[in-house]
Amino acid sequence: MNNFFNQVQAVADWLSSSAQWHGEDGIPHRLLQHLAYSGISLFFAALIGLSLGLLIGHTGRGGFLVVSLANFARAIPTLGLVVLIFNQVGLVLTPVVIALTALAVPPILLNTFEGLRGVDPDARDAARGMGMTGWAVLWKVEVPIALPLILLGLRTAAVQVVATATIAAYVGFGGLGRYIVDGLARNDYDLVIGGSAVLVVVAIVVQLVFTALRRFIVSPGILGQARRS
Amino acid sequence: MIAASGEPLVRWYWIGDHGSQIWGYTQTHMRVALLPVLFGLVISLPIGILCSRFNKAYPAVLATANTIYAIPSLALFMIFVQYTGLNESTVMIPLTLYSLSVLIPNVVDGLASVSDPVRQAATAMGFGPLRRLLQVELPIAVPIVIAGVRIAAVSSISLVAVGELIGQGGLGYYIVNGNQINFPTEIIVATVLIVLLALLTDTILVILQRLLTPWARARGRTA
Repeated sequence: MNNFFNQVQAVADWLSSSAQWHGEDGIPHRLLQHLAYSGISLFFAALIGLSLGLLIGHTGRGGFLVVSLANFARAIPTLGLVVLIFNQVGLVLTPVVIALTALAVPPILLNTFEGLRGVDPDARDAARGMGMTGWAVLWKVEVPIALPLILLGLRTAAVQVVATATIAAYVGFGGLGRYIVDGLARNDYDLVIGGSAVLVVVAIVVQLVFTALRRFIVSPGILGQARRS
Repeated sequence: MIAASGEPLVRWYWIGDHGSQIWGYTQTHMRVALLPVLFGLVISLPIGILCSRFNKAYPAVLATANTIYAIPSLALFMIFVQYTGLNESTVMIPLTLYSLSVLIPNVVDGLASVSDPVRQAATAMGFGPLRRLLQVELPIAVPIVIAGVRIAAVSSISLVAVGELIGQGGLGYYIVNGNQINFPTEIIVATVLIVLLALLTDTILVILQRLLTPWARARGRTA
């Protein structure tokens, strides 16, 4: 237990030192970098995952392919991918973004696909019977009903991307991983543990933001239904 | 450009020369990746069973497991180093904790997939609650539980590599070392091996599920 309090003390000392809050290596700057890497990757992943997921979920074709591809992507070690691309193309941000995007696509794609596939066929038929076009059925019926699962996919992806963006520091970029990688290199354990603490808080905040988002943008009728079942 | 000047992507002779070393790291890798999934399953079964009995506790348990899952692995490894030192358990404990966020919901969903008539039939046949759980409900839950185990195992195998940043990464050793000495062969061999191991494990689990649920096949044949 003594260790634990020492850790808390070290984190508190590290956080309260003013050097931590200014300049290139300050927390605000590192946090912005971290969120930038994560945001760009999540944007591309959402673009790919959502459009493919909606297309395949709506048409009902190619489901097996998607699930296998997503499983395959999950098996790829992000560290290996980042280091390999870095080793080949050098210090540009592309390897980090590609690796993080590859990490984030499977949960978004799978959940979007599953969400759309899980829509009650009766609801779909009713919408068609009311004269809706395929496009209208997708946006006015399928997407609203699938929204809880789609958001879950985005949340899982966001959490994983923010956690893994740490690896950017290993190949020489910024972000919150810098503290851990630099701390390890200099045997400065306070830096490692301080950086880890900040990273933990950021990851949990991201998780909470997406959980809150679900409450605000999903139709209450659907949330009520989800609670009952 | 730090790119390897003239260094080919793969030097095949290296693989032949290092066969036994690669095999050693592969064994470590699988041990560090899969033991946590096993521990996670052992922890998730009772928690999942309790959650499906006491529905009110489930959201809180799920939120806790999801929050732990959100914690970056590297940060969690670093926090545990103080307590467990630089050894395999520093990587295995966080991986065990991560697996809970997949395994607990799948145990709960698996038990929820048992239909009421089946439960009532078991009771009518004189099964007590414990025997009904062990002989009826858990077997029916197997496919959904194994679906969770597959996700946990595959993610765990690819996550272990990160442990190399504290010297405990199994095949991750070659990723880090290959980068330091600028030798892409090592990075590629490790990355490809990790993907193959994950897919192999996934396939074995699918076969295991078939063996554990022979009735699913029997039903398919008569239908």
